[in-house]
Amino acid sequence: MSVTKTYEEINEKIKKGKVVVVTAEEVIDIAAKEGIKKAAAKVDVVTTGTFGPMCSSGAFLNFGHSKPKIKMQKVWLNGIPAYGGIAAVDAYIGATEVAEDDPCNKVHPGSFSYGGGHVIEDLVAGKPIQLETTAYGTDCYPRRKLETTITIDDLNNALLFNPRNAYQNYNVGINTTKKTIYTYMGVLKPNMCNANYSSAGQLSPLMNDPYYRTIGIGTRIFLAGGTGYVAWHGTQHSPSEERTEKGVPTGGAGTLAVMGDLKQMNSGFLRGVSILGYGASLAVGVGIPIPILNEEILEFTTVRDEEIFAPVVDYGTSYPNAEPGNLGLVSYAQLKSGKITINGKEVKTAPISSYPKARQIAETLKQWILNGKFYLTQPAQLLPSVEDDIKIKPLVIK
Amino acid sequence: MTVSKKVVLRFDAKIVDQPIMYSLIKDYGLIPNILKAEINPHKQGYLVLELSGENQKYAEGMEYLNSLGISVDALDEKVVWLEDRCMQCGVCTGLCPTQALSMNRPSMEVSFDGEKCIVCEMCLKSCPAKAVELRF
Repeated sequence: MSVTKTYEEINEKIKKGKVVVVTAEEVIDIAAKEGIKKAAAKVDVVTTGTFGPMCSSGAFLNFGHSKPKIKMQKVWLNGIPAYGGIAAVDAYIGATEVAEDDPCNKVHPGSFSYGGGHVIEDLVAGKPIQLETTAYGTDCYPRRKLETTITIDDLNNALLFNPRNAYQNYNVGINTTKKTIYTYMGVLKPNMCNANYSSAGQLSPLMNDPYYRTIGIGTRIFLAGGTGYVAWHGTQHSPSEERTEKGVPTGGAGTLAVMGDLKQMNSGFLRGVSILGYGASLAVGVGIPIPILNEEILEFTTVRDEEIFAPVVDYGTSYPNAEPGNLGLVSYAQLKSGKITINGKEVKTAPISSYPKARQIAETLKQWILNGKFYLTQPAQLLPSVEDDIKIKPLVIK
Repeated sequence: MTVSKKVVLRFDAKIVDQPIMYSLIKDYGLIPNILKAEINPHKQGYLVLELSGENQKYAEGMEYLNSLGISVDALDEKVVWLEDRCMQCGVCTGLCPTQALSMNRPSMEVSFDGEKCIVCEMCLKSCPAKAVELRF
């Protein structure tokens, strides 16, 4: 008989302290020793994790009303502009925003030492943040200007809302040109001297549920040290990418829009980052539990770095010019070894995402579930998958 | 006996046009490994290098540099890795030329060996978490 479990059954086991939870690393050995069927019967939840710069991130904040009231049309936090074009005293601070007087890349490569991601890290760390805001006056919101200091505790709401996180897979950045380039994939030296990658591979959430059979809208997740939820499929979610026999895409593919209460988070898993010559961003930690509803789902979670491939993309030529093609596929096992071979040349590799943090996230989530602090949710709706035939369109300039 | 030291040579605009490295190699048999240089016509400049050679020749080479009015100082800038700030990504390890910053496999944790550091400052500029500092 094949194994089937329901969300309710798994949650009941969590409640009774009888749940079996392992990480996406641990499940590999268990399945190898005991076989898929036995492993699926034994294991109830597999936890995953990823930690890396995720530029499409930011936070909705509500500051409360001053006396007299102000509309907060323009908002700055520690000098970084936040978007105020929503209701009075709400604003969205985006991870990649920089100060209006930031020199950016005027002296190339710019350092981008403080941006929206850093404001979010400082908020989470409980540091005081300088708030400046201006507005046109109205009869209901007469004040035109204010300056004060706030901390996260002063805010009525602080909602991390990231429209595109946890990319299923990602490019490996390389540079075939004759000069150093500064990209969101890091500093890429000329003549393919180094290559950077950004994925937790076998530990990464969407690598372990490649067709999104369990992860969907309403899935409760680990988000930057707190509990969060999958809100929607992420922007540029592209399930119809090429896949290996085991279903793992060999390029970007799926993404998640996630949200959670910033007040629960901790700056160990939410870090402002400065990417030389590129910009500011936010490194986010995401961990997703995968309920082992059947053998097939268990088998997906046994994916290993050797079986996951990423395209090596030239960020010196084809990437900026939106030209298709790559210099070949390499496995995460090769990438993690520290060197790959491209066109016969040995190239040094380095990650932009943190594998130790990914492991720490999967382990933390595992402990939360084992200790009955975290229950699984059945998605209200699954994410679009291969059968939905989504095509990501380029922007056509008319 | 041989000697190998990391030094900073600072020189005046007047001698920028002299082939100092050539003399150090040819006349004193010293092996310079240039780590960093700022040399421009008609301007004072500096060279950070690892200089090695036979003891006696090394001393003579130093005398030669002094005779030209070049100051030779031990390299005492130091890169400090702030483990608490480090977010353990490892992007620095792809740029560090001496593997002073390296990844332990299979844990993929970053570690720093100050002995191997040549203070090229690549990590300083490229660390996204600003977890590297320069101290004098």
